[in-house]
Amino acid sequence: MTGFFTLLYKELLRFWKVGFQTILAPIVSTLLYLLIFLHVLEAHVEVYQGVSYTVFLIPGLVMMAVMQNAFANASSSMIQSKISGNIVFVLLSPLTYRDIFFAYILASVVRGLLVGAGVFLVTALFFNTPMYWPLWIGVFAILGSGLLGALGVIAGIWADKFDQLAAFQNFIIIPLTFLSGVFYSIHSLPPVWQFLSHLNPFFYMIDGFRYGFFGASDFSPYLSLCIVIACFAAISLLAIQMLRSGYKLRH
Amino acid sequence: MTAAIVVQNVCKYFGAFCALDHVHLEIQAGEFFALLGPNGAGKTTLIHTIAGLSVADSGSIHVMGNHVTKQYRQARMRLGIVPQELVFDPFFTVRETLKIQSGYYGISDNGAWIDEIIARLGLADKADTNMRALSGGMKRRVMVAQALVHKPPVIILDEPTAGVDVELRQSLWDFIRELNVAGHTIVLTTHYLEEAEALCNRIAMLKQGKVIALNSMQNFISTMSVGYTLRLRLLPDTLPSMLQEIQTGYRNGYIELKLDNYTQIEPVLAQLRLSDIQILEMQLLQPDLEDVFVSLMNNPLTQTQ
Ligand SMILES: Nc1ncnc2c1ncn2[C@@H]1O[C@H](COP(=O)(O)OP(=O)(O)OP(=O)(O)O)[C@@H](O)[C@H]1O
Ligand SMILES: [Mg+2]
Repeated sequence: MTGFFTLLYKELLRFWKVGFQTILAPIVSTLLYLLIFLHVLEAHVEVYQGVSYTVFLIPGLVMMAVMQNAFANASSSMIQSKISGNIVFVLLSPLTYRDIFFAYILASVVRGLLVGAGVFLVTALFFNTPMYWPLWIGVFAILGSGLLGALGVIAGIWADKFDQLAAFQNFIIIPLTFLSGVFYSIHSLPPVWQFLSHLNPFFYMIDGFRYGFFGASDFSPYLSLCIVIACFAAISLLAIQMLRSGYKLRH
Repeated sequence: MTAAIVVQNVCKYFGAFCALDHVHLEIQAGEFFALLGPNGAGKTTLIHTIAGLSVADSGSIHVMGNHVTKQYRQARMRLGIVPQELVFDPFFTVRETLKIQSGYYGISDNGAWIDEIIARLGLADKADTNMRALSGGMKRRVMVAQALVHKPPVIILDEPTAGVDVELRQSLWDFIRELNVAGHTIVLTTHYLEEAEALCNRIAMLKQGKVIALNSMQNFISTMSVGYTLRLRLLPDTLPSMLQEIQTGYRNGYIELKLDNYTQIEPVLAQLRLSDIQILEMQLLQPDLEDVFVSLMNNPLTQTQ
């Protein structure tokens, strides 16, 4: 286990040492989103009874920050050590592919949760967001950041260059995030878009996470949980398989 | 006694290009072994297949009796590799790098040994410097240190002295030699053939992915029969016609002749005396590894294909 904990420690230290960019900057940019939406859309209708639009928006933005930072952490760590070549020190060691996978994922979860908690704490100074079911909040935050961490591992292994990684992010991660109901309830969408939203696994993460705050959601949290767990398992298996086969890592 | 490294019938392709062509190699525990060959011969590729950085397309490789893919953890525990490319993690200091590397091998309390290798590799005053701020040669030393954190019984160094100054080269080899005496098996590649000649007891030469020669150092040089070089400075500065056919060159005022053995010296001298040519200076050069290397690489019999 020492090997696994060392790699985890290294991955944590990696972002912690540059915490200004990896934690503080994303907290600030997420709060800017909130500020802008607040300004433009406060007059918007209530989504759930007694929940103002701003308060509705907060959990969505928090989850978005959690997911984006989890993805960024795993993917940038992987591609940086691949391109600079220092991944060999991990590959030469007796660390198993499971050690590598879980260390990367866990570090991503930690960074995602730190940024998410930071955003939430700042908003808590100004808004009173309820927290009906903290357990649901925690479970979805962990699963969501784990899933995005696993996607980050996949993207980081797959991409040979930084612009390929940027493409993965711009064409997969960002659209899935923005179309997952961060900014709206999907009940307000036309039926076609509602249907498409239901095909987006990110929707269930955000919806389940929001359920933890308001005790109300577009979809049953139990079903969301099952779907998120299934997606997490599938993505993780793919990432582990890539690490096991040495795809793009061992020639 | 188990062999340190056994490579059996290994082939490695990059697309259609054959980088390793049925390589057979057995290195015994305790040997000091050199892997030589020109650029692109496949030395690094072979080391990568041993280390698990690349996977052989056929054949098998064992390190201290452990199959490198089926028992990769055991094999890698026993292996320390200094990669050829200069790589480092810019987030950490030298000591952090070595602590982390120890942790990967399951060693959490390695301070004493880390201090020792830091001292032996002349890194003491850089121990708390960030890797980014080190010179190239210093980074190379850290890579050597990283390969040694877990005291592996088998150590492979892929051009460890490239870009390293004379002083460290000496102290590095002293250190490595000590490790060898203490029982570690050492395999190295280098383009400084005198290094290999001074240190190693056995060598393999690779060319276009094939092992074209494998022998102990003495046998190598003596049996490859590249002969001796006789260098002469003469007055007048010309050879009698009888001798001109064995002249191989003219360099810095010296005429060079190729001899197969010592018995050929006497007839040469006799010829010179007969032609009334005076010898101003004379040198007899022993063949060295470099001669063998050059002759092997140019020899059409060892041309592959
Ligand atoms: N990843 C790769 N993809 C394609 N070809 C490769 C790859 N790695 C090595 N090769 C080719 O395999 C051959 C052997 O390369 P290798 O690096 O093993 O040579 P070497 O003996 O270590 O040479 P040098 O002395 O320059 O380090 C070369 O022709 C090289 O171009
Ligand atoms: Mg090489």
